[in-house]
Amino acid sequence: MLLAVNNLDVRFTTEDGIVQAVNGLNFSLDAGATLGIVGESGSGKSQTALAIMGLLASNGEVSGSIQFKGEELVGVGQRRMNSIRGAHIGMIFQDPMTSLNPYLKVSTQMAEVLVRHRGMGKREAVQESIKMLDAVRIPDAKSRILRYPHEFSGGMRQRVMIAMTLLTRPELLIADEPTTALDVTVQAQILDLLSDLRDEFGVAIVMITHDLGVVADVCDEVLVLYGGQIMEQADARTLFKGPTHPYTRGLLDSIPSLDSDHQSELVAIPGNPPDLLHLPPGCPFEARCAWRHDPCPTHRPVLEAVETAQHRRACHASVAEVRPS
Amino acid sequence: MSRPLLSLRQVRVSFPIASGLFAKPKALHAVNGVNLDLHPGETLGVVGESGCGKSTLARAILGLVPASAGSISLLGKELTTQSNADWQKTRRDMQVVFQDPLAALNPRMTVGEIIGEPLGVHEPNLSKDERRQRVRTMMKRVGLLPNQINRYPHEFSGGQCQRIGIARALILEPKVVICDEPVSALDVSIQAQIVNLLIKLKHELQLSLIFIAHDLAVVRHISDRVMVMYLGKVVEVADAEELYRQPRHPYSRALLSAIPVPDPDYKRERESKFLRGELPSPLNPPSGCAFRTRCPLADGKCAQEEPGLRSVGGGASYAACHYVG
Repeated sequence: MLLAVNNLDVRFTTEDGIVQAVNGLNFSLDAGATLGIVGESGSGKSQTALAIMGLLASNGEVSGSIQFKGEELVGVGQRRMNSIRGAHIGMIFQDPMTSLNPYLKVSTQMAEVLVRHRGMGKREAVQESIKMLDAVRIPDAKSRILRYPHEFSGGMRQRVMIAMTLLTRPELLIADEPTTALDVTVQAQILDLLSDLRDEFGVAIVMITHDLGVVADVCDEVLVLYGGQIMEQADARTLFKGPTHPYTRGLLDSIPSLDSDHQSELVAIPGNPPDLLHLPPGCPFEARCAWRHDPCPTHRPVLEAVETAQHRRACHASVAEVRPS
Repeated sequence: MSRPLLSLRQVRVSFPIASGLFAKPKALHAVNGVNLDLHPGETLGVVGESGCGKSTLARAILGLVPASAGSISLLGKELTTQSNADWQKTRRDMQVVFQDPLAALNPRMTVGEIIGEPLGVHEPNLSKDERRQRVRTMMKRVGLLPNQINRYPHEFSGGQCQRIGIARALILEPKVVICDEPVSALDVSIQAQIVNLLIKLKHELQLSLIFIAHDLAVVRHISDRVMVMYLGKVVEVADAEELYRQPRHPYSRALLSAIPVPDPDYKRERESKFLRGELPSPLNPPSGCAFRTRCPLADGKCAQEEPGLRSVGGGASYAACHYVG
């Protein structure tokens, strides 16, 4: 097992009170696997990623356990975390421009990684970086590496970021909304690239996204988060073909498909996302749920296996009730 | 067919781009010879990737950027040459809903003031009570609670802010509403609420909509006809169902094939089949057909001769390509 997250809580102390961003998350990831974490804004998906990377804002606090290859990351020293981040876990973000230094040539930024983490000489590091730019299919890498980030298009910048992250051959790549800022044709190219790189480099990917289409495209396993909690977890096929949680079902129903009835009413989820300052004691989705009944407002449902151990859900309603017929 | 409400003929919007201190500025044609007709009660979707000119087109129609050539007429009245005083009258008939709902609302005004402000400008004779009554009715109509009339925008969620923006756009009972990416900033579950609301209001108030978005599934869902733009030009216009069932222009095909579908069994076409390379610079567009540098069908003719929009497939579909029909 590559990554094991147990009882992960993330809290932020703010002027208005304590924000409960992530609440008791449990999941694990095998080497080379692709896990999608889906949710809307405020679901805790990005904070989960930042907690794994040790990059939470200074008012954030983590409790629980995050084990990477058996090593506990919660509470680990800054120096050790730096070397894990550089060499073993890479992360790419939504907006590649803000992750690249606009004043430095791409060659300088990429080589720095190898000099720092692999102890390479500058010249060798640049050669290695060019190879990696080739691997992410940047045409004419040899001359383009000498350019500045603003001279690349959005899609190309994201390729540069991916290449930079892969330089140290990490075992885990966390991608936080990597294609959200990109156009759909460029998104398709980046998704194809990520799938290819997973096969080529054997890197495990945690893909954080709000887009169920992206998840279906690249992920084997999916976690659905809401209010900082796991609502449902399953392999992609099970989740998309037979969702058993009202929220998963609601999400799938609310996106217009390319063959749905034209201009028919979409099945929207009523209401608004929960206030993380005042999470209800019961199920966070309760107020918007069509299957709500007595225990929901007061008793938080626990994650339980549905049919197979890999398929889990947290809901008081019965599976048969919720699953679409 | 009925007479169009809004007609554009050969509309061009150019921006001067300085290339050096003393060099003559180059013209960037963000919108380059667009024709369109919007009929009463119709929703026209506009899709395309960033830089295709779809938002500039909207701003030109609204008079927020001047059209550098061509004609735009609303209800038979030419807009491109009219005075500012006439523009004010025009805004009674044509309103806009923006992408970022919170940014489009003045944080220091109450919801009642925001929604009622257009009434203050256009119907100054209304009494205060009458105005508030109109605002309340409109709030109810867009799914806001009328007793929230004295609240400020920051007290509302993103979806509710977009409802406020829609209420403000509709309070004057315009005939045409231009929606520029109205749901792009919203979460999936909220997106469906707003799409449903727009469809409902369109029928209730007999609106004609121009719906600009990059989410192709949402555009298909809401539109009667869809226009595909590439580098400032219209490459295809067709009935929504027809366009998605059988896209004719190679660019439309590429665009549609790139959409990630929330179904793990669906296999997206790989990029290479339809689209290669990157968007050319709009400052220096390719000769002939603007899409030829990325098109699998392109040959010598495409470099020399620019294809015009022409009827294809015998129906109401039009495509600008030498090699489809």
